[in-house]
Formats: sequence, C-alpha cells, structure tokens
Amino acid sequence: MSALELRGAVVRLDGRIVLDRVDLGVAPGEIVALVGPNGAGKSSVIRALLGLISLEAGEARLGDQPVSRLSSRARAERAAYLPQERRIAWNMAAVDIAALGAPFLSGADATRRAREALALVGATSLADRGVADMSGGERARVLLARALVCEAPALLADEPIAGLDPDAQLLVLDLLQQRARSGQAVLVSLHDLTLAARHADRVLVIDRGRIVADALPTKALSAERLRETFGIRGRWIDAPSGPLLDLDRRQG
Amino acid sequence: MRERSLNVGLGLAILAALAVAVLFGESELAWSQYAEAVGDLSSGPAEVLWQVRAPRAVCALVVGAALGLAGAVLQGLLRNPLADPGVLGVSATAALGAALAIVLGLAVFPGAVEIAALAGAAVAGVLLVAAATRLRTPEALILFGVALSSFAGALTALIFNLSPSPIASAEVMSWLLGSVQNRSWFDVAWVAPPVLAAGVLAAMAAPGLRMLALGEETAATSGLAMGRLKMMALLAAAIAAGAAVAVAGVIGFVGLAAPHLVRRAVRGDPRRLLLPSALVGGLVLVVADLLARITPTDQELKLGVFTALIGAPLFALIAWRAAREWRL
Repeated sequence: MSALELRGAVVRLDGRIVLDRVDLGVAPGEIVALVGPNGAGKSSVIRALLGLISLEAGEARLGDQPVSRLSSRARAERAAYLPQERRIAWNMAAVDIAALGAPFLSGADATRRAREALALVGATSLADRGVADMSGGERARVLLARALVCEAPALLADEPIAGLDPDAQLLVLDLLQQRARSGQAVLVSLHDLTLAARHADRVLVIDRGRIVADALPTKALSAERLRETFGIRGRWIDAPSGPLLDLDRRQG
Repeated sequence: MRERSLNVGLGLAILAALAVAVLFGESELAWSQYAEAVGDLSSGPAEVLWQVRAPRAVCALVVGAALGLAGAVLQGLLRNPLADPGVLGVSATAALGAALAIVLGLAVFPGAVEIAALAGAAVAGVLLVAAATRLRTPEALILFGVALSSFAGALTALIFNLSPSPIASAEVMSWLLGSVQNRSWFDVAWVAPPVLAAGVLAAMAAPGLRMLALGEETAATSGLAMGRLKMMALLAAAIAAGAAVAVAGVIGFVGLAAPHLVRRAVRGDPRRLLLPSALVGGLVLVVADLLARITPTDQELKLGVFTALIGAPLFALIAWRAAREWRL
C-alpha cells in the first residue's frame, strides 16, 4: 500500500487548474523524484498530499486515510515536510530548530533526537550555533535534520537542493536515499534531471498539471519526453556507475 | 540555564526597583518617618508609601509587563521584530474607545473608560484576526495594522476636533499621553487579572509561536493546531495591550523594545522570550515612572512622553545592533 497517494486529484488555484486528474503513489522504501518545468505543479502535488491546499475533485491519502479526514497531529505523524523555504525568522540555535520536528516530545527528548539527527546530516558541530550565521548549505542541513526528527513514515521534500553547492546537493540526496532504504516513502521534487535520474527509484514527470510519465528514470526521462516536456535534447550513456543522463539545449 | 538566571536576575531587579520606587519620591521623608510608615499603617508617611507610591509602582510593573508580553507575542506571531501593540493599532483603537467614553461623559461611572478601552482593543483584535485569516503574509498584516492605527488615530483627532468641552478634551489628551499617576490598589486589582489571563493564554500559544519561526507552511504541517494557537496568541496580545491602555493610557516603545532587550539571551526562541520580555517590560516601566516622578519639572512628566523620549533613541540603538540577528 502507498504511504502517499493522489487519486484523480484536481486542484484549482485562483480559477486556474494547477493539477488535472493526478494519480500517483509512493510506497514505503521508495524514493520518487517529481520533475517538471517551472509552474508545472510540483509544489501543488506536495501541498495537496500534505493537505495544505484542498482538492476540487479526487482524493489525497496519507497511509490508509484521506488527508482531509486526519487531524493536524495525525497528518504530521504520517508525513514530514521539508519545504523549499529556508528562511528562519529568528537567530535560534540549530539544535532548537531541529527539535521543532518533535513538538509533542518533552524538551529533553526532543533535544536528544535533534542532536542525533544533526549528527546524521553531518552537522554535529553546528548544533549550538545560531542559524543566522550559517551558510545556505549549513541551514539546509539543519532543516533536513528537523524533517528527520519527525520520524514519519513519509517524507516530502520540495526542491531540497535548490541553491546548494554540489557537495551539499549530493549530501541531501544521499540522505534522502538512505531514508528510503530504511523504509521511509520519499517524494522529492527536483529541477536537476541528472540528479533525479541518479538518485530516484522512479521518476514522475509533471507537465501543465498532468502526470505525463511515471516510470523508472531511464523510461520516464526518454529522449522524446525530454523534448516534449522540457524542450531539450537528452540521451542516456552507459557508465560504470550505471546509466547517466546527458542533456543538451540544442534541438537535434 | 542561562534562561533561568536571566529570569531570576530580572525578578530581583524588579524587587529592587519597586523598593526604590516606594522609598523615593517628591516628598522627602526622614528616617523616623520611614519607621513610622512601617510601624503605623494609618500614619501620614504610611499613606504616602503604601497608598500612593506602592500601588503606582506596582501598576507601572503590571502595565509594563503586559506591554512587554504583548510585544513578544506579536513579534513571534508575525515573525517580525517591528510588531507591537502600537504598530498594529491595538493601542490606538483602545485609546479611541477611552476617548469616546470620556467625551460622551461616561467617565463619571467608575470603570467605564477602562471598559471602553478594553472594548476598543477587542475591536482591534477582531479586525486583526479577520485580516489574519485572509492575508497570506505577516507583512500584509502589519500594513493592515498600521492602517488601523492611523485610522483610529484620525478618529481620536476627530473627537478632539468636534468635542464641545475643552475639559473633556484636556482629559482625553492627558489620558493619551499615558501615565500611572494617582493609580490606587483598586486599579492594580482591576488590571492584574486580565494581564494574568493574557499570560496564561500566551504560555499556551507559545509552542505555536516557536514553530512559526520556520514559516507558515512548516508550522501548518508540524502537527500543532496552528489556527487555534494563533488565535490564542492574538487574543493574549489584545487583552494584555487593552488592559495596559485601559489603566495607564497609551505608553509606547515598551512593547516594541522589551523583546529586543532579551532576545539574544534566550537565543531568539520566541517561546522562551515571553517571560523575560514581560519582566523586562515591567522593570523598564517601574524605573521610567520613578525617573519621570523625580525629574524636577513644574508639571510632572507623563510616563508615555518619558518612555517615548528615552525609548525612541534607545530603540534606534538596539535596532542598529540587532539588525543582523533578525532575519536571514
């Protein structure tokens, strides 16, 4: 059974259809990349699954329940969210930020879990520093640690590597992959198709609110699909580490 | 533990400030008179210490604490270091309520002006809540609050303009300037319960304020019942600010500045900020009132005038230093 699921989901925002009969599911232990051009509906998929926007038709489910019928606490216990927004309003300590992932635990327990999660993302040395003095990459780690502290069966990450340096990008995606290997259902929206192809078990391509491909990376990101949806040329190259996606802007 | 020592330190400073505020004043007392004040509670010196200075100082403490609390709650709620009851129009609307009551001649009924001020704050609270549910960003709500404040100010000015009685106008004016002069234990008993209630509400809403540091969407998916917590926070701020204005008139800058004075010590945490903000607000107002009282001027300096005179430049200095702490 899917940990995250949309069934025939239709979302209209300000009169415009942003999701058009979307069907998708993410099973436990699976990392699925959601790719598509700007404005295609990637964030809307994630927000619909979290119950942040309501559906005009269809259903969003977390585990065995429609999200609309879950209390806010039950939603949080089923799905953790790593938003694209990395702004933190106050100069709080990293460990306090990470501890916000467990708002129902006692302060000491939440702090202990926060330190464990910070260690997991390689940010032990940042624990007691204020987030205002941190680089974008450091802050991204701290926020990822917060999402890990949630320990929910599903994790939704909205463009978690945008604006990060290559080292931090790989770190974040490796960690998300690890979470999937340890049983979490991970849905991650990405702009970088080569990284999506490399890290995801499956790729969903969304174009103008519709899912136009849902398959293994090599299938979903076929030359034809890349041309139609993204207007770019692409080909798969066999490399020792597995198939690699090579992209080119020139129309071939 | 840094937090606990901060709170204990502030508590001790408040006790010391209260003691000084009771011991010093315009009428100088000899040592024998202090002894008399403690020994014989019906004596003249006892009257000065316990029925004039003490309730006034305690009133300043409660009002300052209410303003500090309201400022900390609103700054956390709106994730904005500029938020306070003054900026958001709560103070101005409460003042409008009181001004209306005064020109309508309701001041002869005890408590009527205070209730009108609280009602004004409640109106501001309702408008802000209604706006908060429709406006997506905290910045938009602040702009709404600024507009509300200006409009309430304009209506108060209109009352001045049209008021037939210069006496009523003078009364409104004196009230707008903010003061705890001549406040009695009755006033303290009147203002303390709503401020305490606001404190309890704020404490209940505190986990939500802390979660909001990460933004609306993360807070909405955190599992906390954010809608309820935000309403409670707004209600706490409106009650605290309304009660403060009801008993002491409009006193600016305390609500704005108090959270900044202690934010670094609590590492920016909006939850741990609440108590020390209230304490430092109370301390500042007790000291400010003492200074306003003993400053040798013909007309006693109004507390609101004094806090603005000292507070505005001080606030500019704090803002200068703290700017890099605020936002990323």
